[in-house]
Amino acid sequence: MAQATTEKPATPRSPIESGCPDGFQYMHPLMIKNYGNWAYHDRPRPGVLHHVAKSGDEIWTVRVGTQRQLGPYEIGLLCDIIDKYGEGYVRFTIRSNMEISLSSADKVEPLIKAFEEAGYPVGGTGNSVTMISHTQGWLHCDIPGTDASGVVKALMDDLYDEFIKEDMPNRVHITTSCCQINCGGQGDIAINVQHTKPPKINHDLVANVCERPSVVARCPVAAIRPAMVNGKPSLEVDEKKCICCGACFPPCPPMQINDPEHSKLAIWVGGKNSNARSKPMFHKLVAAGVPNNPPRWPEAGAIVKKILRVYKQDAKDWERVGDWVERIGWPRFFELTELPFTKFHIDNWRGSRHMLNQSAHIRF
Amino acid sequence: MAQKQPKNPDKHSTFIPKEKKSTKPFHKTPMLDQLESGPWPSFVTGLKRLAHDNNMMVDLLGQLEHSYTTRKGYWKGGTVSVFGYGGGIIPRFTELMGTDGKPMFPEAKEFHTLRVQPPAGNHYTTKMLRQLSDSWKKFGSGLIAFHGQTGNIMFIGSTSENTQHFFDEINKYGFDLGGAGPCVRTAMSCVGAARCEQSCANEQKIHRVLVNNFIDDMHRPALPYKFKFKVSGCPNDCMNSIQRADFSVIGTWRDDMKVNQKEVKAFIKSKSRKYVIDNVVNRCPTKALSLNDDDTLDVDNRNCVRCMHCINVMTKALKPGDDKGITLLIGGKRTLKIGDTFGTVIVPFMKLETDEDYERIREIAANTIDFWAENGLEHERCGEMIERIGLVNFLEGIGLEVDPNMINHPRTSSYVRLDEWDQEAEKWKNRKQQAAG
Repeated sequence: MAQATTEKPATPRSPIESGCPDGFQYMHPLMIKNYGNWAYHDRPRPGVLHHVAKSGDEIWTVRVGTQRQLGPYEIGLLCDIIDKYGEGYVRFTIRSNMEISLSSADKVEPLIKAFEEAGYPVGGTGNSVTMISHTQGWLHCDIPGTDASGVVKALMDDLYDEFIKEDMPNRVHITTSCCQINCGGQGDIAINVQHTKPPKINHDLVANVCERPSVVARCPVAAIRPAMVNGKPSLEVDEKKCICCGACFPPCPPMQINDPEHSKLAIWVGGKNSNARSKPMFHKLVAAGVPNNPPRWPEAGAIVKKILRVYKQDAKDWERVGDWVERIGWPRFFELTELPFTKFHIDNWRGSRHMLNQSAHIRF
Repeated sequence: MAQKQPKNPDKHSTFIPKEKKSTKPFHKTPMLDQLESGPWPSFVTGLKRLAHDNNMMVDLLGQLEHSYTTRKGYWKGGTVSVFGYGGGIIPRFTELMGTDGKPMFPEAKEFHTLRVQPPAGNHYTTKMLRQLSDSWKKFGSGLIAFHGQTGNIMFIGSTSENTQHFFDEINKYGFDLGGAGPCVRTAMSCVGAARCEQSCANEQKIHRVLVNNFIDDMHRPALPYKFKFKVSGCPNDCMNSIQRADFSVIGTWRDDMKVNQKEVKAFIKSKSRKYVIDNVVNRCPTKALSLNDDDTLDVDNRNCVRCMHCINVMTKALKPGDDKGITLLIGGKRTLKIGDTFGTVIVPFMKLETDEDYERIREIAANTIDFWAENGLEHERCGEMIERIGLVNFLEGIGLEVDPNMINHPRTSSYVRLDEWDQEAEKWKNRKQQAAG
C-alpha cells in the first residue's frame, strides 16, 4: 500500500453524486439482449445453472464459493480464470458466491476444472447448503461478541461436501451474526452471539463520552436511567429488567456489553425469506449457552451439523427447515435433535400469545 | 474435496508469496493459523498475503489474533467522511493500547471501511473488478468484501487521509459512496430480468429510480435511522426484502399464470404422478392446483397467491403471467428495538411501465420518507413507527387508501370508536365505482 502522495489541492474536489451505477455496462451481452425475455432454466449439475431465453439464446452460469474478503491476489487469480475460460463477466450473489456467465456449454467443464484446481469450490445451487451470509466480527465491527469470517470458514470446511452437492431436501441458508442485532439476517439455521450479562459501566467515562438522554431512549425495556455515581453524572441499569441486548453500547461505549466469559452463541432455526408455499418466517431459538470458542467453534458446529443431519433424514422434498418443523411440530424437533427444551424457549414478551399452542392439537 | 497438493501452487487459494515487501515483522498468530487448513478458501491466508505487501495488514493480523485470544473486539467508531458528504464511511480506530498508552498495533490504528454502491444485481466485468482492486491497493489495505449485508462493496482498511484520495479516484470512474448512519442506505436487487425467467419487474430501473432520487438523503445522514430499499423480481424474494427492507418492492403479476400442458405431461412422465401430487399439487398453500386424469394441470387463478412454489418446481411448464407489476411492503427489519418486523403490504399491485408509473413509486417512497422523517423518533425504523402509530395513521399520512390485501384478518377487538363509519363505507363504495369505470 502506498502512502498518500497526492498533494492536497487548493480547493477540495466536489463529489460527483452519481449514486448507483448503471448495471447494463457490466452485464454479459446475452443478458442485455434478452433482458426481461427469459423462458426457463434447469440445473445440469450442482453449481451450474442453464437459462434459455425466448429468443432461443442460452446462458450457462457457474457458481463459485469465495471467502468474501478478497485481496488483489484473489481478485487477480479469479479474474485470470474468468478471462481465460469464461468471457470476462461475473456477478456476486447475496451470499458472496461468484457467478460466471458463459455463452456456450463447452466452456462449463474447463471453467469448473480451473476453479477447482485453484482451490475454489463450485456449488451452492439448488438444494445445497450454500455459502453462509455473515458479518464483520472482530475484523472490523465496533460491537462484536465474536468473529464472523472465522466461524464461517470453520463451518464451511465441515459443510464443504454439502456445498458442492445438492443432497438436501431444499436449499439451506445459514447465517452468522456477532451480536443480537443479527446483521447476518434470517436463516434456515442462524448462529448468533447472545449476551448473557448486563453491561459493565465505567462511571468515570460516561459523562464525557455519552449523550445520556439518547442512551436512556435507546433501551428497548426502559432499564437505563440517569444517576449520580461517586459524585459524577452517569447512568445506571436495572439489572433485573435488562435483556442484555447491547443497544446501549454503540451510543455509550463505557457501557461494555461484550464479555469474553459470558458472551455465548445461540442457534436459531426456521427462517425463510421466500413466499414459496408458506409466508416468510423468522427463525426461532433452539439452543443457547453454546461456548464462543475460537478459532474453530467446534460446539456450535456440532449442533449445526446435528440439525442438518436430522433435517436431511426426516424432511420431505422441497421442505425448508422451517416448513419441516411446522409439519413435524416442535416437540418432535427437540426429540430428533436431542436439544434440551427450556423455559427460555417460551417468549414471555408482550404480544407473544400467538406463539402459544391455542388449541388441542397435540402429536403423540 | 479440495486437492491435497495443488498442481500449480502459485495459482491457488493457499499461495503465500516468497518475497516480503512489508517492512514490519509478522506477529505470531497461532489461533488464526488454525483457520488456514481445510478445503474452504481461507480468509486468513488472504490476510497473510496482504501482510506480505503492507504493514497495515501485519498489524491488523496482530490485533485480530489478540481478539481471538481474549475473545474481545477492539474497534471504536468516530467521524470520518469525504469532502461534501456526511456518511458512507465506517470509521474504525483501535482501542488496543499498550501500557505506555500508545496503540499496540500502530500501523492499523486507523482502519476505516468505505461503503461503495455496486450496480443493481452486483454485475461486474473482470476489467472493472481489477480496476477497483488496483485503486484500493494504491490507497488502502487491499482487502475488499463482496458484499456487506446491506449490499455495499466494502473497502476495508484505510487511514483517514487516504479515504478521500481513494474516493476521488473511483468517483471519477463512476462509483459513489453508499449509506452509513441514519440515512437512506445502499439498495439491493436480485439478478432479475437480466437472467431469470421468473422476474416480473425491471429491477435495474426500479433500483436506480428509488436510490438515485434520494441520494441527498444517503450522503447527508439526517433521518431518524436507516432506511433500506430492496427489489426482488418475484415473490421468491431472493433479496430477503420482506424481512430486511424498510421499503420492499416485489415483482408479481395479476393475470393468469401460464401453463404449458405439453410440458406438464413431460414433467409428470420424467418425475411420476406421485411426485407431482406430493410436491406440487399438495404444496399449493391455497389448494389452487388440481391434476386431471389426463395429466394436465388446472389452476384456480383467482385463488393463487403467487407464492411461486409450483413455478419453482416445474420451471418449463409453469410461468408467471403477462400482466406484470409490483407489490409494495413497508417496515421490515430485525431485532432492535421492538423485535423483528416483517414488511406489510401497502400497495397490493401497481404497474411499472410508463414514466408516470415510475414517478408514482418515487412519490410513494418520498412521501414515506418525509412522513417518517417528520414523525419517527430518534433511532426508530419506519416499521417501528408504524407499530407505534398504527397502519391507518401511516396510510393517511402518505395518502394511500386502505385495502383488505393489507391484513390477514379484520380486527377481533370490539373496543373501537366507529364515529365515521358511514363516511368510510361511502368512500369504499366510491372507490369501487371508480375502479369499475
